[in-house]
Amino acid sequence: MRKILLIAAKDLRLAFRDRAAIILMLAAPFLLTLGMALVTGRLTSPAGQSSGLSNIPVLVINRDGESLGNALVDTLQSAELDELLDARVVEDEEAARRAVDEDQVAGLVIIPAGFTRSVIPAQGGAIDIAAEPVKIQFYANPARPNSSAIIETILREFISRVEEGRVMGMVSVFQMLTSGVLPPAEAQAYGDEMRQLFQSAQDEELSAFEETSTLTLKVIGAPEEESVRFDVMAYMAPGMALLFLMFTVTYGGRSFLAERRQRTLQRMLTTPTGIAQVLAGKMFGTYLSGVLQLVVLIGGSSLLFNLRWGDFWGVAALILLATFAATGWGMLITAFARTPVQVSTYGSAIMLVFGIMGGSFIDLSMLPAFVRILSRITPNAWGLDGFTILGLGGTLADLGRPLVGLSVMGSLLFVLAVLLFSRRRDLVQ
Amino acid sequence: MNPILQVNQLVKRYGDLTAVKGISFEVQEGEIFSLLGPNGAGKTTTISVLSTLFPPSEGDALIAGHSVVRGPYAVRRVIGIVPQEIALYEDLTARENLQFWGQLYGLSGRELKERCEEVLEQTGLQEKANQRVKTFSGGMKRRLNIGVGLLHRPRLLFMDEPTVGIDPQSRRAILDTVKDLNRQAGMTILYTTHYMEEAQELSHRVGIIDHGEMIAIGTQAELVKRIGQRETLVLQFGEDQSAAAIIPQLEAMSGVQQVIAENHSLQVLVNDAEEILPAVIQVCTAENLKVRTIQIQEPNLEAVFLQLTGRALRD
Repeated sequence: MRKILLIAAKDLRLAFRDRAAIILMLAAPFLLTLGMALVTGRLTSPAGQSSGLSNIPVLVINRDGESLGNALVDTLQSAELDELLDARVVEDEEAARRAVDEDQVAGLVIIPAGFTRSVIPAQGGAIDIAAEPVKIQFYANPARPNSSAIIETILREFISRVEEGRVMGMVSVFQMLTSGVLPPAEAQAYGDEMRQLFQSAQDEELSAFEETSTLTLKVIGAPEEESVRFDVMAYMAPGMALLFLMFTVTYGGRSFLAERRQRTLQRMLTTPTGIAQVLAGKMFGTYLSGVLQLVVLIGGSSLLFNLRWGDFWGVAALILLATFAATGWGMLITAFARTPVQVSTYGSAIMLVFGIMGGSFIDLSMLPAFVRILSRITPNAWGLDGFTILGLGGTLADLGRPLVGLSVMGSLLFVLAVLLFSRRRDLVQ
Repeated sequence: MNPILQVNQLVKRYGDLTAVKGISFEVQEGEIFSLLGPNGAGKTTTISVLSTLFPPSEGDALIAGHSVVRGPYAVRRVIGIVPQEIALYEDLTARENLQFWGQLYGLSGRELKERCEEVLEQTGLQEKANQRVKTFSGGMKRRLNIGVGLLHRPRLLFMDEPTVGIDPQSRRAILDTVKDLNRQAGMTILYTTHYMEEAQELSHRVGIIDHGEMIAIGTQAELVKRIGQRETLVLQFGEDQSAAAIIPQLEAMSGVQQVIAENHSLQVLVNDAEEILPAVIQVCTAENLKVRTIQIQEPNLEAVFLQLTGRALRD
């Protein structure tokens, strides 16, 4: 074990002394993230206002048919969200759910009957503070986590505004009644007036009452989470980090064949050190370089872009397992290649293909279904799923699927790479 | 003396190519033994098998009693190797390189630190210890390359053509180091080279290897004795001239043992060079060949190789 650590530490030191490698491992992902953030306006507008996604298909069933239900439909179809959402009002719930299940749309919003009345009692009706409000249902498509997250965020913001208006109205009427400013006989009429004002309010800031809100959104198909804003940077930064993680692992593979070429591999094998120890040391060194790269990128983007990556343990687990899977790919490429140049060539091609296919450049939900299925062979897709879950407030407990996917991928690739290496008689000759 | 190395019918094949064809020899503890042969003779393959880099196809070798086939790890603890290529990490400093390789040889703690400093002193690199190897000259890299092989004080050191491609000054320093290691530390050295002068200067005994076969083995005196008191007459012609035409005439002369053409020169193995020289010049003049230089070489390993193989060492 001591020699494995020794070889790994040496490789780590060499990797971080190589200026070209540092540029590609650390500077490039930072700069690309920054560039994409500038293009999508993340740095010039508040987080969550720009997503880089467009025309997200969403279906809406409006059973409420009253002011708030209609307002929500209007919001989803508004000119402001025109580019981002493609919201269609439908009637058939079964067909709509099927469309979600078949991955034709990113989600289904069901505005139940009585939604408006549960928030704003009809003229002359009594206000029941303790009454359970009717919930808007959002049937999310788990295959499109980012698109679903955006729709969910819009719904939560709408609910926040509704709740804000409702509570503010109630508080105002109550305060005026207790202070004697408003005679009890005029309270109902004043409340109706407040309701009218509230319905027309559009540009309120998010309510400070959000935490105590009794209005809630029921999300089906994705774990219920507390209200979060979807930050486009939270998607781009992991995308770039995972893209360049593939560079780092192929760099590690290249160093393995470079050692053979510069005869240090052969020299190691004339010391009391076995080929298995050398191979394990090289793999571990590559793995450590990848882990360190992600730690620096995540830490750096947190500081520079004020980006919240989410639950610490979840992020740590994702770093460890995404790097494990990516290192498996790096070793497999190395096992097939004959020269360091071949590793670079194959590695760069695979890095780009995985980047596109795995969602590092384009949201996976915008790609054809067969690409989304194929994307599961990339660490990028699993990793991005995980980081998106964390970005939306998930914890380590919610990462089961991505973590299992990455573990299985890494294990299979390592076994395959070791088998291929064991047949490589040319390594030391 | 006890043999520290016993090579027995060693064969190494790469597919259809047999690089080493059943060689056998012994190296005694405390001696410098040179494997002399041209490029491609099988010297590096032999060293690679003996240093357990890969197993022989047939045969075996015992190093300090350990078989390279059955006990490669035990062998690796006894041997040190200085490969022909500079096998160092260019982005690590000299000291970091020594520390890394020392730890692979099992050194640690104070012992590792002391040995690194000793080797730095021995190779004259103390002042450059904290500089990255990529900033070193070729000679400095060669010295460090040797230093790595000495770290763990091996009983048997393999040096595979350690002076290839370096300046005369560094070459001289390396040859002196080899002699010092043998004389002062009592280290046994198996040295491969295609430079006859190096083998002559360093070795207690020499094995001449060609096309994977050991064609002669012994002390210099023993080997030279095999070709009698013959001298070699070396004639150098102009670059635009071919001496091939006069070879039959020279071979027909009395006292000429062998004639070998090499580029624009002829090597003529003769019984008495001074006696035959006028006749040789006469033949050249008759064929309008301008002789640029004439050299008479005393019997040496080059002449031995020439007689045994019909080729010069540089071929």
